[in-house]
Amino acid sequence: MEQKVLLMIIGMSIVTYLPRMIPLVILSKFNIPPLWMKWLNYIPVAVLSALLAPILLISDGKLALSLDNKPLLASIPCFLVAAKTKNLFLTVLVGIVSMFLLKLM
Amino acid sequence: MSNEYLKGVNDAIPIILGYLPIGFAFGVLATEQGLTVKDILLMSLFVYAGSAQFIASAMFSSGAAVWSTIATTFLVNLRHLLMSASLAPYVKHIKSYLLAFISYGITDETFAVSSTAVGQQTVSAKYFAGLHITSQGSWIVSTVLGGILGNLIPNPAQWGIDFALSAMFIGLLLMQIKAKKDIVVAFCAAGLSLITALSVKGNWNVMIAAILAAAIGVMTEQWSKKFSS
Repeated sequence: MEQKVLLMIIGMSIVTYLPRMIPLVILSKFNIPPLWMKWLNYIPVAVLSALLAPILLISDGKLALSLDNKPLLASIPCFLVAAKTKNLFLTVLVGIVSMFLLKLM
Repeated sequence: MSNEYLKGVNDAIPIILGYLPIGFAFGVLATEQGLTVKDILLMSLFVYAGSAQFIASAMFSSGAAVWSTIATTFLVNLRHLLMSASLAPYVKHIKSYLLAFISYGITDETFAVSSTAVGQQTVSAKYFAGLHITSQGSWIVSTVLGGILGNLIPNPAQWGIDFALSAMFIGLLLMQIKAKKDIVVAFCAAGLSLITALSVKGNWNVMIAAILAAAIGVMTEQWSKKFSS
């Protein structure tokens, strides 16, 4: 059993490290063409938005646009605070408190 | 200690706040699912990827094959490829062996912080060291603490801490939005990610949505230039 876990962790480490390492080490040696630079500059926004949307809008494999969707409701004060303050700490705190209150109701 | 290192540590503070509750929750869950504190420590030290760790622990407890857990981890973490590529143009001045170390600490969270930082000034290896070591340190501490203290807290989700990661993504996303074009890309990515998540099996949604949405961003930029000139 313990061996199985260790094998799993070693395998996971390798497949996680390679995609992190290869582009940074190799692409930093080249001058990337301007059009590709533009594309790369959009990646942060695109990745974050793509990560976030299913967390907030999908529940049990279905689109969840109802008032029972607690993550969606809790995200509203987060978006407001984040837009107004640009403060990461405050946004996380507001998120946790909102979710806590929603779960009390 | 240099200023650059300390600036990295300082920029890691919001990440620590996000990691503490999530790491703790992972430790609690993983213990419930049959991992030992040592397993949790090794995973946070060598794999260091939140969502993949949650998924792997659940797969482990359901008796999934090792290779399928590794394959899933690969898919879930393939998005780091894009993050790593997008940082590359800004670290040309850093030596390769240092980049090999720095890349180890690229996560959704450290990337969102460092990609904002590289847009503002030239960022040194020391900055990355401060940011990445502090972030991973807090991840290791919180996951191990969760593993040790887990059984004392029966249901951590009821305290709302399960939402910390999402709240952090919201904060990081809004920090990245600087122009109307960014909003267009954000909405495209969200829509494409939803469609892919609902229709394609596996964890392809982030990869597919990010690649296409960034391309749409470039195309709109090119078109609007053509029409305005």
